[in-house]
Amino acid sequence: MSVPFYVSPEQIIKDKADYARKGIARGRSVAVLQYTDGILFVAENPSRALHKVSEIYDRIAFAAVGKYNEFENLRVAGIRLADLRGYSFDRRDVTVRNLANAYAQTLGTIFTETSKPYEVEIVVAEVGDESSADQMYRLTFDGSVADEHGYVVMGGSAENISNYLEEQYTEGLDLAPATRLAVSALGHDGEEAREISSEQLEVAVLDRKRSQTRKFQRVTAQRLATLLGDDTGGKGKKK
Amino acid sequence: MRPGSSSFTDFLAAHEPNLLPSSHSHGGGVPLDVPHGTTIVSLTFADGVLMAGDRRATMGNIIAQRDIEKVYPADEYSAVGIAGSAGLAIELVRLLQVELEHYEKIEGTTLSLTGKANRLASMIRGNLQMAMQGLAVVPLFAGYDHEISSGRIFSYDVTGGRYEEHSYHAVGSGGFFARGSLKKLYRESMSSSDAVLASVQALYDAADDDSATGGPDLMRGIYPVVATVTADGYRRLPDDEIGATVQQVVAARTERPDGPAAPLT
Repeated sequence: MSVPFYVSPEQIIKDKADYARKGIARGRSVAVLQYTDGILFVAENPSRALHKVSEIYDRIAFAAVGKYNEFENLRVAGIRLADLRGYSFDRRDVTVRNLANAYAQTLGTIFTETSKPYEVEIVVAEVGDESSADQMYRLTFDGSVADEHGYVVMGGSAENISNYLEEQYTEGLDLAPATRLAVSALGHDGEEAREISSEQLEVAVLDRKRSQTRKFQRVTAQRLATLLGDDTGGKGKKK
Repeated sequence: MRPGSSSFTDFLAAHEPNLLPSSHSHGGGVPLDVPHGTTIVSLTFADGVLMAGDRRATMGNIIAQRDIEKVYPADEYSAVGIAGSAGLAIELVRLLQVELEHYEKIEGTTLSLTGKANRLASMIRGNLQMAMQGLAVVPLFAGYDHEISSGRIFSYDVTGGRYEEHSYHAVGSGGFFARGSLKKLYRESMSSSDAVLASVQALYDAADDDSATGGPDLMRGIYPVVATVTADGYRRLPDDEIGATVQQVVAARTERPDGPAAPLT
């Protein structure tokens, strides 16, 4: 009879975490920033159809990096949870805190109980009536939750980008400077800064000034060009 | 956490079936005395489609509510008006609203107008058992179809049959009178203000002959709910705008109580 090798629990957890981290590190990054009128999401994403940023509910949005099928699964579950809650109670009873808790439970369970953890990192954010009421939660593959303020960065080069934002970010930015800052931050992911063309970007906002109850809005290519102060409309490729 | 359809109704049916409006059946054969919504009219005009409803809910011979709202946005480009058992109908509208938004969020695109109309049809069909017990819900659905750049109207029967109506339609207990009125008042490609006027006239005629339909209440300032759906989306007209039209109609009716005379030829 063969005796299975003993592997300590520490080692198992460490291996799983390393595995998940490696998976996440392969992808492009996403930056989430507070600006005066809401919360801005900027993702480096060449695809127009496979979104990294999306709407969950009236005031809540979701951003993710990592393996698409895994975070898509989480996104759909989040929308279902929010819609179910809003339908059985009231629209105002859907909160990001509840959603973040549900995600934390789910990710935590997957991390400890299955052999393959999710290779994802997500941010869920809710826009308030004023910027002090904005909430941003960052959730990692093992289910840990962090309550963030100002800005959050996820993805392969999160550390470099965060360092850049730490130097440059100030509170009370308008949308246009916030967008420019986020884009240039995403470009500072390596040793050398690179410029990211607007086709490579997926940008969306939770805009508290929006008159509809649904505050989420994708920023169209045209509007993005205006925000970036780029008259070519993002057609001229700059690499 | 399971892949599945992008329909919220299907999700509810699988996980929380007790939340579906059609899940409760009162079992007995005795019709319940519950509030009923009455007349909804809808007509197309140059820029899109208009929907209007009176404000009365009745329970037998009692007026259950005099300022009920029976016209709702289903999503940004469609409206739904309810006639029949008010409680069930309002729940159905809420479900439809979530259903359309849910689909939009999950799929990243909106349903086609016919797709929305079909979703509503299947929800009404789900309510058939309740309808057999006297709790029917018969909505009117209208929306702006971006593919043909014009407004379209759909009516339903209790079995979920969906019928596309052209130009105008009215449902509810006063629907027959409103339809007769619109038949004489409707013109192709009306302006939005003419369409509002026609809808207020039609509702006035319905209230004139149907006791369950409420006329405009000038004393309390309760006017019909009128909403338009155009390329710019759903817009409920503010009360002061409707108030002006209502006062104009009422003033004209003091001269000629039966309303504007249509030419004989």
